[in-house]
Amino acid sequence: MSVQPDVPLSPAPSDEVRKTTCYMCACRCGINVHMKAGRVAYIEGNRDHPVNRGVLCAKGSAGILQHMSPARLRAPLKRVGPRGSGEFQEISWDEALQIATGWLAPLRETAPEKFAFFTGRDQSQSLTGWWAQAFGTPNWAAHGGFCSVNMAAAGIYTMGGSFWEFGQPDWDRTKLFLLFGVAEDHDSNPIKMGLGKLKARGARVIGINPIRSGYNAIADDWVGITPGTDGLFILSLVHELLRAGRIDLNYLIRYTNAPYLINADEGAQKGLFLRDKAGKPMVRDRRTGRAVAWDMPGIAPDLAHGVEIDGTTHLPAFRHLSERYLSPDYAPDAVAGRCGIPAARIRAIAAEIARVAFEEEITLNQPWTDFRGQRHETMVGRPVAMHAMRGISAHSNGFQTARALHLLQILIGSVETPGGFRFKPPYPKPPEAHPRPHARHTPGQPLDGPHLGYPLGPEHLLINDDNSPIRIDKAFSWDAPLSAHGLMHMVIANAHAGDPYEIDTLFLYMANMAWNSSMNTSAVMDMLTDQNADGSYRIPRIICADAYSSEMVAFADLVLPDTTYLERHDCISLLDRPICEADAMADSIRWPVVAPDRDVRPFQSVLLDLGVRLGLPGMVNEDGTARYSDYADYITNHQRRPGVGPLAGWRNADGTGQGRGTPNPDQIARYIENGGFWTCHVPAQAQFFKPWNATYQDWAVARGLQDRPQPYLFNLYLEPLRKFQLAAEGYGHRQPPDHLRARLIRAMDPLPVWYPTFTDAATDPAEYPLHALTQRPMAHYHSWGSQNAWLRQIHGTTPLYVSRDIWVQHGFTQGDWATLTSPHGQVTLPVARMDALNPHTVWTWNAIAKRRGAWALNPAAPEATQATLLNHLIHELLPPKGDGLRWGNSDPITGQAAWYDLRVRIEKAPAGQAHSHPAHPAQISPVPPAPRDIARQVKGRA
Amino acid sequence: MTSLPAKTTRKLGLVIDLDTCVGCHACVISCKGWNTENYGAALSDMDAYGANPEGTFLNRVHTFEVTRDAAPPMVVHFPKSCLHCDDAPCVTVCPTGASYKRTEDGIVLVNETDCIGCGLCAWACPYGAREMDAAAKVMKKCTLCVDRIYNENLAPEDREPACVRTCPSGARHFGDLGDPGSAVSRLVTERGGFDLMPEQGTQPVNKYLPPRGRDMLQAPDLASLCDTTPETATGFLGWLDRALEKL
Amino acid sequence: MHPAPSLILFTVLSGLGFGLLVWLGLGLRAPTGLAAFILFGLAYALTGAGLIAAAFHLGHPERALKAFTQWRSSWLSREAVLAVATLLVMAPHAAASVFLGNGVPVLGWAGAVLALTTIFATAMIYAQIRAVPRWHHSSTPVVFLLAALAGGALLAGQVTLALWGMLALSLAMVAHWVAGDRQFRASGSSTGTATGLGSLGRVRLLEPPHSGRNYLLREMVHVVGRKHAHKLRLIALALGALLPALLLLLPVSYISVAVALMAHIAGMLVQRWLFFAEAEHVVGLYYGKR
Ligand SMILES: Nc1nc2c(c(=O)[nH]1)N[C@H]1C(S)=C(S)[C@@H](COP(=O)(O)OP(=O)(O)OC[C@H]3O[C@@H](n4cnc5c(=O)[nH]c(N)nc54)[C@H](O)[C@@H]3O)O[C@H]1N2
Ligand SMILES: Nc1nc2c(c(=O)[nH]1)N[C@H]1C(S)=C(S)[C@@H](COP(=O)(O)OP(=O)(O)OC[C@H]3O[C@@H](n4cnc5c(=O)[nH]c(N)nc54)[C@H](O)[C@@H]3O)O[C@H]1N2
Ligand code: SF4
Ligand code: SF4
Ligand code: SF4
Ligand code: SF4
Ligand code: SF4
Ligand SMILES: [Mo]
Repeated sequence: MSVQPDVPLSPAPSDEVRKTTCYMCACRCGINVHMKAGRVAYIEGNRDHPVNRGVLCAKGSAGILQHMSPARLRAPLKRVGPRGSGEFQEISWDEALQIATGWLAPLRETAPEKFAFFTGRDQSQSLTGWWAQAFGTPNWAAHGGFCSVNMAAAGIYTMGGSFWEFGQPDWDRTKLFLLFGVAEDHDSNPIKMGLGKLKARGARVIGINPIRSGYNAIADDWVGITPGTDGLFILSLVHELLRAGRIDLNYLIRYTNAPYLINADEGAQKGLFLRDKAGKPMVRDRRTGRAVAWDMPGIAPDLAHGVEIDGTTHLPAFRHLSERYLSPDYAPDAVAGRCGIPAARIRAIAAEIARVAFEEEITLNQPWTDFRGQRHETMVGRPVAMHAMRGISAHSNGFQTARALHLLQILIGSVETPGGFRFKPPYPKPPEAHPRPHARHTPGQPLDGPHLGYPLGPEHLLINDDNSPIRIDKAFSWDAPLSAHGLMHMVIANAHAGDPYEIDTLFLYMANMAWNSSMNTSAVMDMLTDQNADGSYRIPRIICADAYSSEMVAFADLVLPDTTYLERHDCISLLDRPICEADAMADSIRWPVVAPDRDVRPFQSVLLDLGVRLGLPGMVNEDGTARYSDYADYITNHQRRPGVGPLAGWRNADGTGQGRGTPNPDQIARYIENGGFWTCHVPAQAQFFKPWNATYQDWAVARGLQDRPQPYLFNLYLEPLRKFQLAAEGYGHRQPPDHLRARLIRAMDPLPVWYPTFTDAATDPAEYPLHALTQRPMAHYHSWGSQNAWLRQIHGTTPLYVSRDIWVQHGFTQGDWATLTSPHGQVTLPVARMDALNPHTVWTWNAIAKRRGAWALNPAAPEATQATLLNHLIHELLPPKGDGLRWGNSDPITGQAAWYDLRVRIEKAPAGQAHSHPAHPAQISPVPPAPRDIARQVKGRA
Repeated sequence: MTSLPAKTTRKLGLVIDLDTCVGCHACVISCKGWNTENYGAALSDMDAYGANPEGTFLNRVHTFEVTRDAAPPMVVHFPKSCLHCDDAPCVTVCPTGASYKRTEDGIVLVNETDCIGCGLCAWACPYGAREMDAAAKVMKKCTLCVDRIYNENLAPEDREPACVRTCPSGARHFGDLGDPGSAVSRLVTERGGFDLMPEQGTQPVNKYLPPRGRDMLQAPDLASLCDTTPETATGFLGWLDRALEKL
Repeated sequence: MHPAPSLILFTVLSGLGFGLLVWLGLGLRAPTGLAAFILFGLAYALTGAGLIAAAFHLGHPERALKAFTQWRSSWLSREAVLAVATLLVMAPHAAASVFLGNGVPVLGWAGAVLALTTIFATAMIYAQIRAVPRWHHSSTPVVFLLAALAGGALLAGQVTLALWGMLALSLAMVAHWVAGDRQFRASGSSTGTATGLGSLGRVRLLEPPHSGRNYLLREMVHVVGRKHAHKLRLIALALGALLPALLLLLPVSYISVAVALMAHIAGMLVQRWLFFAEAEHVVGLYYGKR
């Protein structure tokens, strides 16, 4: 036998490691970028990073191919062909910026609202919002309106924080975890790491999802719920827990408004809190039987009985609540059929929640002091955690469903207690601590305040005296009163219709609105190309800032090419969407680990440059010169409030400032030195009960998260909703249009309610018997993944998964195609069988399908020929009801796009089908053809 | 080299937990990334942006559905790479000696400079763990990251396979399966780890941990969990009153 | 398995060549002079063409010499060594037959044994592969050997031997198919054992690891329709063995032998195509292809 070959066991992985932040999705993991001979060779997770602790998802590891993508734009582009054709001419930056300034400057001076600036899932919202405010347009928002504003708003209104990426289960202590409607979520790696922890400890995971894939595949128990019915299911669990008395009364009394007395006087106060002269909500003190201010020391707030004043009984919120949910309407047997879950299973889940919450209570020997000044020797927790995302929020009943879920969590006392759900700084933060929305615009002047916020009553709506919306997306109008994130999905349709008014220039940053983020995609492409009689476009000007040759780029008149994430500075800021963990505040940066090799510029620097050219306040010095030389300069030196800037770490000239402090010229260098991020731990006694924890409140003030202590109680009963109801009932100055009254009364219930989704209510189940959903593939980020040669091999097609019943009923065999029809459109795609599926549900992957010619892909790529978007089936409006009005396909409270309300019918496509439909004409690629084969190995110096 | 060693000093391998794998493909891509840059030729991708993209991967994740008579169907994500078999048929068939099993740790490797690209070893492997690289025209397979696990240029905690290091859910474990006391061996014993296709006689070193029982929630009746149930004569309000008195 | 033309040609042609060498070596008919030149030349040409065809299958033919090193364990290496040994050992015998009018019987016999083992080694390359149950059966070398011997006899003009060979070959082919059809099940491998999930329920591929194709699928997963296969089996049997046998029963003429030979070669090409195309690799279990 010959000797074994000598394998080099210790090759140098690289010449140098540069630590920055991933941007293959919005999870923002820390990465080690291995460089060989100055080129990016390999990317792995950063072990020290608070978000990912060294792990990295498929997208993150494939970042190198995103960075080298053939679809990268190379220079500014000016449209030369018709819109949508993709015919462009490369121009210089000078020319590009001159064009943009030439369009925007006159608008600012005459009609700033005719400029609409909307941005996708970027992490520069604090910059873009600030910029838009300085410009003076009311029309700015980011993507939350079509994403998950129901989840964010319901969380913040109910408990001062939300799931999304702003809170997390106590992964280390939870014993029972319920996951509602999540395929992937923003906290991609942390959720996977958390699930891994639960599995390693043998904790139970229950997945509530019509589809058993991904996380739900590893759930110990799967509840294959019928879409749109989670609210009913959750309230049935509430019914069971109330019936059995398995609720945490202590918690409810101390930390929630459950004891608040509800005014029962007929009239304008009905349903509002009974308040004392100082305006403080009142509770009944069990010792005296009298109504007193909620925060009077030494009282025993009652949950059971009310007070009688002048012959009228004012009952505690909890009485209203318990009476409502104890109703037999919410009994498991009553909801089982509708939810598609056997009653026995609902009962078993309720019992398990009760058992774990109360029999497996956990106690940390950690003293703490509450805002009332009372010291507690221990922290008692109920180890039941829950998490939910778009599966419950992307429905027209999503806001109230998310509220119902928070109600369930709060009733068992598992929010901000050990083993339950925990907020991440800067949360907790009640709605009152957020701004109100602003839209008052004056030519040549900045807006009167921040665009987005949390209305507390009709007085905060952004409407004119005639009830017409002030914003182009109609956010904060009677259509969507609490649209805290704006309504990006309505912008193009409204601008095209000139409703509520016409605009001049639409500026889109990092959003593929001509494709996968639009409802009704084919029609949206028509709207973007639609012309007036004189041949001018209905939407006169479109600027698009993108890094790649996306579908949207083809519809722009001017394209500002961005750098890739390895070529620029970014700031993942506490002012925006930070990377905090429940036990630490944290923020991070990206920095140019390689220089761009194309004539591209970082978008944020371009925006600041544009701001200077427009003379926007905050961006120019007195003499009109630039205040910030580029984005890095802005990150370092901008202050939002005195001492508080984009980055919280290493403030003050000596780097001692944590959260607060003067700008430090070395700040970015310190971040780079530390691996691209900064963390600061929450003190042990402040780790739980944060909304009521005096130590936490003081710490948060010291760290600049808030400017004063702001303890608050959870809103089981949400008074602002009642104010809108009162308006709809005819009280108050601001009155909704009549056609919306009934809907507002029904939807704006101050206690969580369930109602069928608008589509379900309006659809004949015989005609459209199926629910159609999309899920995010873990290995792709929206439309970005397909330009990535590694990732596109994993998912290059969109098979429609159907249940065995449907498979058999329609006689499908392998290789068949199906046609899906909704009240609004039709698509054809390959079909596949899946048993672990709610029998009334079909689904496919989100955003894999591509328009031919986009993303530097071959026009025959499977993404264009074997894949389609369900977006073609979804309309931004509901089908006409015959009342002459068009109703939005959105949540009536927040305006959240109801993607998952979709109903369809299925047919077998004729034999021989081999191409997906609709098939749009190819766009001309503004970038050179991609290489054919790749086998890239970078040789290092070592 | 084509003969198998009678015995290897250690049996390094992976233990993959099918109860925990969420099917994210992270291990697939980190493997591709590391191995493109390291051991042997780059892992190529042909027609990378075209109609039929086809690249070399050393680790792939399949998804299976298990239909059960008396319980809801299950879905199981199933990562698969070379199992570093003790009785590796891929090694003995190799005409050139390019394929071999290391005596010190049992890792099965291809010495690419000796490989003639005949493809026979890929035929011999029952598991589909070998792929011929279409550009380099040599056989590629999982190296168990032999150039990481002993790599003195890496921090000690990084001396583990790329796929293990990256797995977000912790479904992949690496260690010496020849040592009954090792963490991986204990996992296999505790969780009933098994071999893939034992009937093929390959004696894989890598083991798989089965999914735990699914859909077995058996909660006691809610009423039995309560001291006094509200559903007594006084109803919920009476219970609430009593409960509040006790606080 | 992918029916690669290079491998089909290689196994058929080199089989024929080595089969012919067996008979030429044994000296049942000992051609000399021009006849020897033609016959030995044919044998060397066939084996050579086969080997060249096989080299087309290699990713790195320039390293082919390395394939001679692992004869201790590898059938492919053994085949290479044996093939060259056969050709070398036979060479003096052939040369002597052509130029000296007389072979070297000892070398001829030795060469015949070597040729026989070469054919066996070729067959064992396939038969040893447990992961392809259809091949992993004793009938595989029998078919290879009989095909080579019958075809070789035909080439060598050994009509009786060829006749018996063809009849035996027909039986062997049928036996190989009948046994082969049972082999996959007999192997015990199923999606259940491949995933280890069989005890939990019925296991089915839900989503492949990639939406396109890959090397494994191209190389190892080839699905032939059952009806199609049945027809081709009949063609292989008829052309490869029965028709030649029938022709050999008729009064012998150059034409009938030539036709028999052509039929035999055509039939064997079909048989070999089926040999690959029908063979299912257990890896197909991971791709829902079974
Ligand atoms: N890999 C990857 N990660 C991503 C993204 C990506 O594109 N790729 N996108 C990011 C973005 S922008 C977002 S908004 C998040 C979204 O993260 P998720 O909320 O996880 O996103 P979806 O893929 O929309 O998954 C929704 C899930 O809800 C289920 N569902 C649908 N309707 C219902 C219902 O009525 N009830 C219940 N219980 N379930 C239902 C669907 O089956 C699906 O599993 O992910 C982020 N993370
Ligand atoms: N059917 C259906 N449709 C949906 C959803 C669904 O669940 N089902 N989900 C919705 C949700 S929640 C969301 S968030 C949207 C997401 O939809 P989009 O916001 O449209 O997201 P992407 O497809 O990621 O497109 C973002 C754009 O950003 C560009 N980009 C990428 N990197 C950079 C960069 O570094 N700089 C710049 N300037 N640009 C860059 C890309 O090229 C792309 O054009 O989709 C929505 N659409
Ligand atoms: S989850 Fe993946 S893509 Fe997203 S930031 Fe983390 S590593 Fe990058
Ligand atoms: S898994 Fe396949 S390639 Fe790996 S050792 Fe076993 S037989 Fe060889
Ligand atoms: S392909 Fe290479 S490693 Fe495989 S058997 Fe042939 S020579 Fe050996
Ligand atoms: S051990 Fe290394 S080579 Fe093997 S699958 Fe994992 S990453 Fe790939
Ligand atoms: S990285 Fe881990 S969880 Fe993801 S597919 Fe691989 S083994 Fe499964
Ligand atoms: Mo989103």
